[in-house]
Amino acid sequence: MKNLTYLRFEILRTLRNRRFLIFSLIFPLVLFFAIASPNKNIIVLGIPFPLYYMTGMAAWGSMTAMLSSGARIAAERQIGWTRQMKITPLSTWSYFTAKVLSGYMMALFAIIGLGIAGSTLGVSLSAVQWLTMLVLLLIGLIPFAVIGILLGHLMKVDSLGPALGGVTSLFALLGGSFGPIFTSGVMLKIVKDIPSYWLVQASRSVLSPSGWPPAQAWIVIAIWSVVMARIAARVYQRDTQRVS
Amino acid sequence: MRALEKDRSGIVLTSLSKSFGVVQAVRAIDVNIAAGEIVALLGPNGAGKTTTIDMVLGLTRPDKGTVTLFGQSPSDAVKAGLVGGMLQTGSPPQYLNVRELITMVASLYPHALDVDEVLRLTGTTEIAKRSTVKLSGGQTQRVRFAIALVADPDLLVLDEPTASIDVEGRRDFWNVMRSVAAEGKTVIFATHYLEEADSYADRIILMARGRIVADGPPTEIKAKVGGRVIRATLVDVPVAELSQLPGVSNAERRGEGVTLSCGDSEASDKVLRELLARYPGARDLEVRGVGLEEAFLELTADDQDQADALRAGTDFNRGQELQ
Repeated sequence: MKNLTYLRFEILRTLRNRRFLIFSLIFPLVLFFAIASPNKNIIVLGIPFPLYYMTGMAAWGSMTAMLSSGARIAAERQIGWTRQMKITPLSTWSYFTAKVLSGYMMALFAIIGLGIAGSTLGVSLSAVQWLTMLVLLLIGLIPFAVIGILLGHLMKVDSLGPALGGVTSLFALLGGSFGPIFTSGVMLKIVKDIPSYWLVQASRSVLSPSGWPPAQAWIVIAIWSVVMARIAARVYQRDTQRVS
Repeated sequence: MRALEKDRSGIVLTSLSKSFGVVQAVRAIDVNIAAGEIVALLGPNGAGKTTTIDMVLGLTRPDKGTVTLFGQSPSDAVKAGLVGGMLQTGSPPQYLNVRELITMVASLYPHALDVDEVLRLTGTTEIAKRSTVKLSGGQTQRVRFAIALVADPDLLVLDEPTASIDVEGRRDFWNVMRSVAAEGKTVIFATHYLEEADSYADRIILMARGRIVADGPPTEIKAKVGGRVIRATLVDVPVAELSQLPGVSNAERRGEGVTLSCGDSEASDKVLRELLARYPGARDLEVRGVGLEEAFLELTADDQDQADALRAGTDFNRGQELQ
C-alpha cells in the first residue's frame, strides 16, 4: 500500500462509521461482561471461561469488522464511486487492500478492547501468549477479509445489513463464539472445517504446550481463503462488465 | 501541455462499436479530437454518448474498434494520471468532508493541483468543511467537478455535468470549465442541452442511435441542419390544403396563425411566393431558420431512424459509413 494518504482517509471513514463501532466493538464487549462476569470461575472444556469467552467475543467482533469493511464496497458500487475510482491511477488491488487494512484496524481495536476486558475478569496470559493469540486471530481473519470483499460485490445495499448480520452470526455461532455448541460427534467434525471455529480455538491453542493450533487449523484457513478469493475474483470480473 | 510534449495525436476513436444484447449502443464511430479542443457530444438519451464516454475512459471494453488517448490506451492514460472524469453517476462517499475528499483523490495523482486552488476554482471553498452527504444537488455537482479537476488532467471528460444544476449554476459551471480549458486541456462533454453545446464547445458531435449524424463547429452544424419555418396569419384555409403546397413538409395551425416547415431556404422561398400568390389575405409573414433544438428533434426522432441516417449521410456526415 504505497498511498498512505488514501489509506489514512479510508481508516478515518471507517472510524467515523458509528454502526461499525457499535457492532464490532461495543456489542462484543457488553456481551462479554454480561456473560463472563457471573461465570468467571467456571472451566469450559479445560479452558477458564473468561479466556474462552474473551476469545469468542474477539473473534465475533473482529469478524464483523473484517466482513463489514469489505462489504462497504457494495455501498460504493451503488453510488458509482467504484467507477469513479477506476478512472484514477488507484489500482483495484490497492482499493481492496485499503478496505482490508481498515478492516484489520477495527479488528485490532476489537481484539485489544476484549483483551483489556478479559484482564479485568482475571484472564492472565504471558506476553508471548498474548502476542501468539493476536497473531493467530489476525491470520484466522484472512478468509473473512476475502468474504467481505465477496459480499461487497454480491449484495445490494438494501440487503447488506441483514446479510452481514446473518453471515456473521452464523459463523460466530457455529464457531463457538457464544459457547461451544458441538463437543463431539459428526457435527464437531463439520464445524472444525469452518474458519471461525479456529478463531475461537485460539484460546485453546495458547494454553497448549506448543502454543500453536493443529495442522488442520492452517489447512482450513488456507482453503477457505483461496476458494473465497477465487469466487470473489470471478464475481468481481462479472461485475466489471457493465450491463447497461 | 504534458501530453502534447509526448504525443500530439489527441483522442482517436476508430470504428468504435459496442452492443448490449440486441441494442447496438455505439455503431462503428470514427472520431479524431485534437489536443486542446473542446468537444460536445450532443444527443438524446440512448444516443450512445455515455457508452462512448465509458469506452474513452476505459470503463467499458469496446466490441470492435479502438480508443487511443494521446497515443496510449485508455487504461495507460488513466494510470498516468492524464485523465479526469466526471461520470453521470458517482456520488461522493460518506464520512468525509469536502476538503478531505478532494485531498484523498488528489493523493492518487502524480501531479495533482493544490487542493485549496481546486476548491477556489470550483467554488467549493465555503463548503470545504461540510460533510459530503449534506450537499445540495448543485454543490454535489461542483464537488464532482473538483474531483475530476484535481488531477490536473490533459483530458477532461464530463458526462452530462450540469444534469442537476439550475440555470445560473450551469452558467457558473461552464465559466469555470472554460477558464480551465483555456490552459490547453482537451475537454469532451456530453449533454442534451443544445445551448450548452452551442455556447461552450468549439465543435459539436451530434449522436443519434449510436451513430454520428453531424460533426462540426456549432455554426456549421446549425447551417447544415438549417431548415426554414414560415409563420403567417391566415384565416379560413384548412391545414390540409397548406400542407399540399410544394416544398412544405409540415403545416400546423394555432388559431389564426399557421406554421409551415420547409426543407431549406430554397424551398421556403418557393413556398413563400406560392403562399402569397394563392392567398393574398396572408399577413404578418415571418421566415426564420430552425433552431438547433428543432433540427435536433427532427434528426433524432425515434421512428425515423433510417430516413435520418440516410439524410444525415447525404447532408452533413463527414465520411461516416452507413449501414
